[in-house]
Amino acid sequence: MQRSLFAQQPSVLIFISLLAIFTIVITVLSEGFGLGLVSTSFVKILGKTLCLCLIAIAMDLVWGYCGILSLGHFAFFGLGGYMIGMWLMYERTKDIVIASLASAELPPTAEEIREGIGTQIFGVVGGAEIPVVWYFADSLFAQLALVVLVPGLLALVFGWLAFRSRVTGVYLSILTQAMTLALSLYLFQNDSGLRGNNGLSGLQNLPGLTDVPQSVVSVWFFLASALALGLGYLLAAWVVSGKFGNVIRAIRDDETRIRFMGYPVEAYKLVVFTLTAVIAAIAGALYYPQAGIINPAEIAPIASIYLAVWVAIGGRGRLYGAVIGAATVSLLSSWFTGGQAPSIPLGFYTINWVDWWQVLLGLGFVLVTLFMPKGIGGLFDRLVRKDAA
Amino acid sequence: MSSLLEVTSISVSFDGFKAINNLSFEIGEQELRAIIGPNGAGKTTFMDIVTGKTRPDEGRVRFGEPQLDLLRLSESQIARAGVGRKFQRPTVFEAQSVRDNLMMALSNDRLPFSVLGYRATVEDGSRVLALAEEIGLSDELDRIAGELSHGQKQWLEIGMLLAQEPKLLLVDEPAAGMTLGEREHTTDLLRRAAETRAVVVVEHDMEFVRRLDCKVTVLHEGSVLAEGSLDHVTANAEVIDVYLGR
Amino acid sequence: MLRFACLLIAAMVCLAPAHAQEGGLNALLETHRAKIEKPSRTTISPVLEDLVDSQLPSVAVFLENWREKGVWQRRSDGRFFFVKPADGDEVMLIDVDTGADAGLADRSELSNLNPNSGVRAVIAAALVQFQLSDPDPARRLQALTALARDANQSHLSILREAIEAETDPDIKARKERLERLLTIRFGSDSANRVAAIESFAGDPGVDARAALNPLVATSIKVFDATPEGVNVARLLTPGSDIEPEVAYQLLVDAGKARPIVPLSERKRALIANIQDGAVADIPVADLVTQEARDRAYLALAAAGAVPPLVSREEQRSAVAAHVFAEIYSEPDPALTTAARQTLSDISGTVGFYRFISLALDGLSLASIYFLAAIGLAITFGVMGVINMAHGEFIMIGAYTGYVVQQFIPNYTASILVALPLAFAVAFMAGVALERLVIRHLAHRPLETLLATFGISIALQQIAKNIFGTQARPLTSPSWLDGAWALNDVVSVSYIRIAIFVLAVVFMGLLLFILKRTRLGLEIRAVTQNPRMASSMGINPDRINMMTFGLGSGIAGIAGVAIGLFAKVTSELGSGYIVQSFMTVVVGGVGNIWGTLAGAGMIGSLQKVIEFFNPSNTLAAQTYMIIFIIIFIQFRPKGIIALKGRAAGD
Repeated sequence: MQRSLFAQQPSVLIFISLLAIFTIVITVLSEGFGLGLVSTSFVKILGKTLCLCLIAIAMDLVWGYCGILSLGHFAFFGLGGYMIGMWLMYERTKDIVIASLASAELPPTAEEIREGIGTQIFGVVGGAEIPVVWYFADSLFAQLALVVLVPGLLALVFGWLAFRSRVTGVYLSILTQAMTLALSLYLFQNDSGLRGNNGLSGLQNLPGLTDVPQSVVSVWFFLASALALGLGYLLAAWVVSGKFGNVIRAIRDDETRIRFMGYPVEAYKLVVFTLTAVIAAIAGALYYPQAGIINPAEIAPIASIYLAVWVAIGGRGRLYGAVIGAATVSLLSSWFTGGQAPSIPLGFYTINWVDWWQVLLGLGFVLVTLFMPKGIGGLFDRLVRKDAA
Repeated sequence: MSSLLEVTSISVSFDGFKAINNLSFEIGEQELRAIIGPNGAGKTTFMDIVTGKTRPDEGRVRFGEPQLDLLRLSESQIARAGVGRKFQRPTVFEAQSVRDNLMMALSNDRLPFSVLGYRATVEDGSRVLALAEEIGLSDELDRIAGELSHGQKQWLEIGMLLAQEPKLLLVDEPAAGMTLGEREHTTDLLRRAAETRAVVVVEHDMEFVRRLDCKVTVLHEGSVLAEGSLDHVTANAEVIDVYLGR
Repeated sequence: MLRFACLLIAAMVCLAPAHAQEGGLNALLETHRAKIEKPSRTTISPVLEDLVDSQLPSVAVFLENWREKGVWQRRSDGRFFFVKPADGDEVMLIDVDTGADAGLADRSELSNLNPNSGVRAVIAAALVQFQLSDPDPARRLQALTALARDANQSHLSILREAIEAETDPDIKARKERLERLLTIRFGSDSANRVAAIESFAGDPGVDARAALNPLVATSIKVFDATPEGVNVARLLTPGSDIEPEVAYQLLVDAGKARPIVPLSERKRALIANIQDGAVADIPVADLVTQEARDRAYLALAAAGAVPPLVSREEQRSAVAAHVFAEIYSEPDPALTTAARQTLSDISGTVGFYRFISLALDGLSLASIYFLAAIGLAITFGVMGVINMAHGEFIMIGAYTGYVVQQFIPNYTASILVALPLAFAVAFMAGVALERLVIRHLAHRPLETLLATFGISIALQQIAKNIFGTQARPLTSPSWLDGAWALNDVVSVSYIRIAIFVLAVVFMGLLLFILKRTRLGLEIRAVTQNPRMASSMGINPDRINMMTFGLGSGIAGIAGVAIGLFAKVTSELGSGYIVQSFMTVVVGGVGNIWGTLAGAGMIGSLQKVIEFFNPSNTLAAQTYMIIFIIIFIQFRPKGIIALKGRAAGD
């Protein structure tokens, strides 16, 4: 099976090999496990970038292959982050509360610990009660399951409603955008049970492993992200390589025709939408412990549009294109907005990239859409074809 | 002869315009039928109703044995029940190879999870080869469908329909834009197909219909005007009136 | 203050009759000098009565100045004067009676009359009757307003007298209304008060409710038996009307039961009784559940070391042995019954007006959404593309308005210039976008969506770089300040009315363009069937360009309108873009009426949800979007959908 996949798509093998080499090199150069040439913060940036590549693959699957321009996949990404963040924050706060109550005259009861956790976590939103949605927050396995279940169910229900009523094209994009907006506005409320606009923080600390330095933790997460990206890539490549891939491409190209061939188009879309939502959620669950903080602004509709921009720049309908787009644009973006890029003095005006990067990105994106509809990935096609000719 | 498709007094109107008006229609299990009629006679709308694209305001559409109520099924369910439809413009999946096009059309399980696990069997492979042979595209199997000529696309589409193994085949203006040679090939394909199933051809071109040599139904203003052999209907005064204008 | 006094004096001098009571005010003051020098609440009343009875025209001014500490006494002879500043330490004395200058004096020769607040209140009350009958209607209204805000029993009779002499029907009506309000609060005769209460049935005024509500205020009280001699609102059954815990706490507060030992106190008691690492022989380490702690506490209680707990049974029987009732603080049942009935009647009226108010709010929001969305709807309908930069055209319009105001300081003129200019600027931006980008992405709607998004982020950042991140004001002309108020419940600000008018005008204009002009005909033709239209000699490129310009231009107008009530920032447009999309989707594509229906529905829906959950506008938006997603299930093509075969493909 695997052999046929690699034989069919040589790019898969190339990608997996490059990813493996990259991962090993970074690990060897890292502070935590190797020579210390790559700083912990940069390992975190790279790890986060790998997660963004993973969600870009999900986006490519749903948009590039199935033709659904979802402007909601960052919502699933964020939800995944929230689900794992709840466990991280709860358990860590529990450790802190237990430590602070250890010196009390009476050993604390379970209720007192819960009360302490509640005050610690929800004091900022003026509450002390632990909301119902945190019911499973003390169980890692339950929250890991929720990472998949909550975004998956949301995608399933939303997708079922949207596809069932035959909402397609830009209508669907707008509807997914509305869903994202609704979710982020909901999370912005203080009584959403997820700390309103404060979000969840301190996620970089692993409960029970406070002795392990961040330099080591960052490499763990980097490796986990690389593994997830590799597996996600293989899964996506397998999905698009067979007849299923042909059918979803056919849905993208002519939905009506494939429907009259007897394929239940809505069911296919729902499968792809939900599957990619779950991939996005897993990417988010790996991303936010590296970022350390998650808040509703991360879920804002604009994030999902950026995701589409990455995939479009990288090249739709090619998995490696999505990865290239996400990695390039997100790394460039943090380089430019981080203030490292040199300013350009024009004499009468100095172009400061912190201010002008968005303009460059926006216009650059328009140019890519106009003149390179296949994105950066399209350049590879051209190279390959030249070799063949 | 038991009938495969029974359409009973259906009507449908768009914004007050009656596209189909109390139309009834029947076709047997192995029969070739041509539907002719001037523009706006309701030919395409009739097909839309049978294939589930448009819901009629009233009337019944029954299909097959045991009888299915097509009005309760979705487009894809109707297709899986055995109704194949060829559109006026050739619609094949241009970004994919001829082989992939035919593979997708093969009458296998069409639900997502079985398709996800699907691997081509030897039978399926030979079935595709046989179909390609029949539609004359054996040499083009690995070409991208978008590179085919207009006529080849039409045949590929017919091939895809045959691969679906439908009990009823609805064909919308298959001869449009074809050369004479291509038309003959198409006629042969359709007549051969009608030996094992019902085929309904909607056509403008009288010459093509004559070549099909089958029973003809004339539609006008959404209902049946005349039915019978081509010679019979062309002798009908009303039909002449409709076609030649008042 | 002094200048105010002088003006008053001048006014009074003109108005005052030339001859006054013999001896004048000065003589009158002289007789009461001692009491005026050292006033107190109790002694001042006869003085005031005397002054008022004298009916001297200068009394009111004197009282007013006295209250405002504007009266001075000359030490040498004890006479009273007003003063106004003169050179150096000198001041000009002014006769209290005639208002004429009475010679210079040194400050050190004078002492200020400084009545305490109690006295001042009494003076003020005495003043009211002057003010209420003041010849100047504006002053009478002012007095009424002041009285409505702060009245006491003594004012009632004064007000009643003042009604008789009132000539202005409007002010008379207001006086009568205030009289009824004061009767409710201070009236002595029960029947009168009831009549006054009932006269307010259906009156939506806030003042009526403010007067009535204290009458129906209740408090929960505990009784040993069925309460008598008090005005009972209702009896409370513990368990259903009142929580048993609350009831017990009431008993504790009334001293009729033993207090419950709260959890924190029990914990403190346990800590206090730790002996050798154990409490009542239970090791401290075991006290990790509440149940174990309770056991330890009970053991301590049994030993008499801590107060015993109150058992649930004890609580229950204590509660059962008493009667709990809501008692009106107003003892007269006739009043409370009338007040309650009137209030319930008022709440019906208020509900009705709330509904009207809600409808008006919805309408106003709808007109904003309509303005914001109509451009989007037109371009979407004609070209099938979604312009993500539409919000930025709104922003461009708003900034155009801001820039115009930098050059034209007159707000009215600047708005009149800004509206067409915003249209022109946004129109040109739209045409440029269409020619440079959208035209080259024909028939690729999703890519158009993304490309316009690229434009959107670039434009937003450029605006940020030019105008900075802080909000810029777009000031409305002063005649748009304030609000049109029907009553205390229904009021609409003039800006919102203006926006509504603007929306109506643009709707009319668009309908005219689409239905009555050549351009409109061509636009409709391209909307319905682009291929057919182009074969009939319509140049679709030109139509697309014009349509896009038109849609963008209206967005610019919307920007000015929105800028008038919201601050102008680079994110102004993106705040409206999703709502605009929703409006288009809900309304149906390519149809002005559809957009109108969509805007109406979304606007009123948002207001209705906000009405039910006023504290939380975020939640309102969330629910609205969920509603829209469900709505799409039933009308996938919007409220007003194109039907027929053309709509299918």
